[in-house]
Amino acid sequence: MLTKAKDVVCTFCGCLCDDIILTLDENRIVKVERACANGMGLFKNYNPDLLSPKIRGKGASWEKAIKEASEILSSAKYPLIYGLSSTSSEAQRVSVKLAEALGASIDSTSSVCHGPTGLAMQFVGEPTCTLGEIKNRADLLIFWGCNPIVSHSRHFARYSVMPSGRFVQDGRESRKVVVVDVRLTQTARVADVFLQVKPGSDFELLVALKALVKGKSLDAVEVGGISIKVLEELVSDMKSCRYGVIFFGMGLTMTKGRDLNVRELFSLVKELNDHTKFSALPMRGHGNVTGADQVMSWLCGYPFAVNFSRGYPRYGPGEFSAVDLLCNKEIDALFVLASDPVAHFPSKAVDHIMEIPTIVIDPAESLSAKKATVYFPTAMYGVDCEGTAYRMDGVPLRLKAPVKGNRPSDEEVLEAIFEGVRRC
Amino acid sequence: MLVIKDGQVYDPINGINGETKDIWIEGGKIVESLDHIPQGATVIDALGMIVMPGGIDIHAHIAGSKVNTGRKLCPEDHYEHFRMAKGDLRSGVGFTVPTTFMTGYKYAEMGYTTVVEAASAPIVTRHTYEELDDMPILDKAILVTLGNNELLMDRIAMGQMDEARDLVAWMLKSVGGYGVKVVNPGGVENWKWGGNVASWDDEVKYFNLSPRKIIKALIKIADELGLPHPVHLHGINLGLPGSDITTAEIIKDACGRLHLCHLQFLSYGKDKKGRMCSGGSYIANLINEHPNVTLDVGQIVFGNATTMTSDGPLEYRIQKMTGHKWCNEDVECETGGGIVPLKYKITSLSSAIQWITGMELFLLVKDPWSIALTTDHPNAGPFFCYPQIIRLLMDRDYRNYFISLLPPRAFRGSVLKDLGREYSLYEIAIITRAAQAKILGLTNKGHLGIGADADVSVYAPENFGKRQCICRFKHCRRALDFPSWVIKGGEVVVKDGVVLNEAPGIVFRVAPSHGESIRDKIREEFEKYYTISFDNYPVQEDYLKNTKEVICG
Amino acid sequence: MISGRTLEQAKEMHSGKNSKSYREAVGKVYVSPLLLNELGLAEGEKIVLKSSFGRAEARAYVDPGLPHFVVFIPMGPVANLLVGYETEGTGMPSFKGVQVEVCGAC
Repeated sequence: MLTKAKDVVCTFCGCLCDDIILTLDENRIVKVERACANGMGLFKNYNPDLLSPKIRGKGASWEKAIKEASEILSSAKYPLIYGLSSTSSEAQRVSVKLAEALGASIDSTSSVCHGPTGLAMQFVGEPTCTLGEIKNRADLLIFWGCNPIVSHSRHFARYSVMPSGRFVQDGRESRKVVVVDVRLTQTARVADVFLQVKPGSDFELLVALKALVKGKSLDAVEVGGISIKVLEELVSDMKSCRYGVIFFGMGLTMTKGRDLNVRELFSLVKELNDHTKFSALPMRGHGNVTGADQVMSWLCGYPFAVNFSRGYPRYGPGEFSAVDLLCNKEIDALFVLASDPVAHFPSKAVDHIMEIPTIVIDPAESLSAKKATVYFPTAMYGVDCEGTAYRMDGVPLRLKAPVKGNRPSDEEVLEAIFEGVRRC
Repeated sequence: MLVIKDGQVYDPINGINGETKDIWIEGGKIVESLDHIPQGATVIDALGMIVMPGGIDIHAHIAGSKVNTGRKLCPEDHYEHFRMAKGDLRSGVGFTVPTTFMTGYKYAEMGYTTVVEAASAPIVTRHTYEELDDMPILDKAILVTLGNNELLMDRIAMGQMDEARDLVAWMLKSVGGYGVKVVNPGGVENWKWGGNVASWDDEVKYFNLSPRKIIKALIKIADELGLPHPVHLHGINLGLPGSDITTAEIIKDACGRLHLCHLQFLSYGKDKKGRMCSGGSYIANLINEHPNVTLDVGQIVFGNATTMTSDGPLEYRIQKMTGHKWCNEDVECETGGGIVPLKYKITSLSSAIQWITGMELFLLVKDPWSIALTTDHPNAGPFFCYPQIIRLLMDRDYRNYFISLLPPRAFRGSVLKDLGREYSLYEIAIITRAAQAKILGLTNKGHLGIGADADVSVYAPENFGKRQCICRFKHCRRALDFPSWVIKGGEVVVKDGVVLNEAPGIVFRVAPSHGESIRDKIREEFEKYYTISFDNYPVQEDYLKNTKEVICG
Repeated sequence: MISGRTLEQAKEMHSGKNSKSYREAVGKVYVSPLLLNELGLAEGEKIVLKSSFGRAEARAYVDPGLPHFVVFIPMGPVANLLVGYETEGTGMPSFKGVQVEVCGAC
C-alpha cells in the first residue's frame, strides 16, 4: 500500500530542504520528489532493517557492544569524540554529556569545514541573515570558493538565484550572479561574471576589494590574477546594489590563510554595510553541522575543538581539534559519531586511527565503521528517527521519521554508553 | 512537607512586611500551616533570616539564536569563568554570556527562580526551547518578537485588525510564546535596507506604516486577546541623546497597558549644547503620571557587557562607535538582530551618565509596583550583579560613595546627588519579585500565599557580601546575595549559596484563541516569502512537554 | 592539488564507501587538457601524484575549466594521501592548495 509523506526534511546538506515528498510502499521509500540528486540518494531505497552491532568485525548483541564500548572509553587515558554533524541536536547534546563525563576532547566536523569561519567570526564578527532575506531582497549574489551546483544543488532554485520574493519580483532576471573561484566550476558556468583567482590569492584579493570599497587606489595592475578594472567594476556593483550577499565555502577555509581569508571577507562585508546592505553566509556542508556549532556553544561556550580533561570545557582549535590530536598521536581511543574520518581525514590522521580502538555510530557502514573496534548501526536522522537539525543559516527544523524505525537512534546508543561509562 | 520556621517574611503581594512567620510547603505549593510539624517533614531554621519569594527576572537574554551567537562570538568571555561538573551537576563557562546550565545554576545561587527570555524570533523559537530544556531549575517564559513582522505589518497597514489579532494569537500559540515583544518597530524593517526610524511617525519603507501605528495596533491587540503580560516595548532611538523625548511621546500616547523595557537606555536627554545628559527625572515623572505604563530599568553595571538585541541598526551604530567585532542577523520576514561586546568604564563620561539615568529612574519612580530591577542582561551588565544594584538602592552611604567615583561632569542636569531615598526590603521584594509577577501576570509567582508555587529564597544578612565579586570590581558591595536556602517548586536546590541539585523547570506559554481561518489565510503568503514549509513552522509538541499554559482573558 | 565535492562522489557515498563504484569515483584526478597533453596521456590512464606528505595514484580525466597547474581530486581517501596534516593552529589541514608533482609514466 502506497502512502505519502509531505514536508519531509532532507538532511544531506546545510540547505535542509523541508519540502520533500516521499512515497512509501510498506516501509520502503519508492519515490522521492523535489530532492536534488544528493538528497535523492539519501532517501531512495533506504533500508531500515535492524542490523546487529559488530565487535571487531563480528556480530554481537547490543548489550555486549555497549559494555565493550563503555569499557574502551572509560579505560582510555585520553579519548576523543568526533563528528556530530550528521545527527540530531538531541544526540549531539548527549555526546557533550558523555565527553564531560569522560574528561574527553570533543570536536565536530566544523574543524575541517567552517571551523576557520568560526575563528574569523570570533575576531571580527559576522554580518549575516537567514536565507529568506536573500529570496526577498538580494539583487547581487557572489559565490566565493564554493560550488553550490554540486554541493548544495537546490540552493540556486529554492533559496538564492532563482526565486522571486517580496521585493525581488523577477527572480533570476532581477539578480546579478558573480562567482570567484580558481577553476571554472559548474557554478561558475552559470554566473554572469566569473573571476578566476590565482590559487592561494584570495586573501590579497579580498584586501584589495576592501581597499577599493574604502575609496583607496591601488598601485597594481592586477591582484590575484584579476585586473584592477574588473575589481573596480565589482566594487561598483557591490556598492550600488540594494542588498548584496557573499556565499563562501571551502575555497576560503581550506586554502592558504584559512581563517584569515574569512576574516578579510567578513571585514569587507562590514565595510560594505557603510554603503548598502550586505551579508555573508557560509555554505555549511553537512546537514546538521550548524546544529553541532549551536549545541556546543550553548553547552560548552565554544563551537568546536573542546576539551573536558579539567572537568570544564576549554577551547583549543589546533590543540583539541581532531586532525591535530590524531596526527600528534595524542589520543588513545576514538568515538566517531555521524561522520567518516577514515574517508575524509589526511592519511597521517587515518594511520593513527588504525592504531587505536575506535567506536563508530553510523547508519551506514562507512570506512570508519569498517575498521571500528565496536560498530553500532543506528537509525538515520530525518528518515527513520526524529530530531532537530539546524539549517546553514541557523533556522531550526523538526525532522520527521517517515520510515518506521527498527534501529535504535544515535541518542539512545549514546545514552546507553553514558550509563555504561558511569557504571565502569 | 517542608517548613521554613521563624523567618522574617517579605511578601508584598499579601502585604507581609518582615513579619516573623512560618512558611509551609507541600506538593510544590505553599499550603496552610498545620498545628504541628508532621513526622518526616524537613524543617529549615530561618531564625534571623529574610524569607522572600524566589526572584523573578522580567527581561534577560539567556537562550536562543542571538544569545548563542553571542556565546560563540566571545570565547574570551568564558576563559576565566567556569564551573566544573560535579555529580549530576553539569559544567559550564561564561561571564556575560554563560552556557545554559551555568545560567540556571547562577540565577538559583542568587535566589532567583523565574526568568523571562526577552526576545525570540518566531521562526527560531524552536532553538530557544531546546536551550531552555538545558537550563535547569528556573521556570521561564519567552517573549516573541513581532514588531517588525511582515505578515502582521501588511495587515495593520490595510486596517485588517481582526486578522492582525488572529495572526498574533496564532503566532503566540504556534511557537509557544508568552508575550508580545516589540523592538524598534519599523526601524528593524528599515534596517534591512540600511535605514532606521527616528520618530514615531517616520515611514516604514514599503509598508505604508509608522512605528506609532504598529505599537498602537499591538497594544490594542494584546488587550483584546487578554494576554497576561502587556506589550513589552524596546522603543525607538535607544542610546541616543534626546531619546527621552520619543520615550515621553509613547508614554503619553499609550492607550492601554504597556511595559517599557530597559528604559534607562531610552531616557537620555540633550543639554543646550546637544550633549548627552540624564533624562531620568523627566521620564520618572511621566511614569508617575501614567499608571498604565510599567518599566524595567536595565541598570548599567561597570565592567564587561555584551550588547545583544533585535535592534539591528542600533548594533550597527554601536559597532561604528566602538570599532568592536559585530554580528548582524537579519531574520526573514520577522526581525533582525545584532551583537557587539562592550565595556562600561567608571571613568567614562557617557557610561557614568547611563548609570545615573538608571539610578534616577529607580529613585524617582514613586510606585515600586511600576518598576522592575533588571540589567537587560547582558546588555547593561550581567544578571549576577543584581545584588550590587540592590545595595545601591538600599544603602545611601554606599550610593554616595559610588557617586564620588564618577566623573563630576556626568551629573550636569542630574538630581541624583540630592536623592536620599533608600529602598526598604519590602520595596526591594516588590521590584525583584512581586511587581515582576504582577506585570507578567503570573499569579502563582512572586508571593508566598496559599497556592503559590513554592519558590522561596532565604537570606542571612551576615552573608550578603560573602561571595567574592567575580568581576573583581573593588568597589562592589552587595545585598540580598548568597542565599542560605533556595527552594524551587518545593525542593531544596541551593544551600549556602551553592547549587546542590537540579529541579525541573517549566516554560510558561499562552494559547489565545483565534479564528480558525487565519491559517488558510496566511498559508499562501507564508510559502511565498518564507523559505520553510508552512506546516513545519509551528513549534511541535515534542518541544512543549515541560510547558504550562497560562490562560488569557 | 585541490580536493572537493563532485556529484559522482556524493552519489557513490550512498551506495557505500566500501563499494567499487565509490573507489572509482574518488580515485579520479581531473586535469586541464593542456596538462594531460603534456603528460602524454589519454583519459582514463593512470597518473602518479606526489606531495611532501604522501603518494597517490589516480585515473586522469579532463576538466577544461581547470587552470594549467591545478589538478582536482574528489574528496576522499585518495586525495587524503596527499593532503597536508599541519593545521597551523586552526584544526584545518590543507585539503586545497597542496603542491604536488605529477607524472604519467613513473
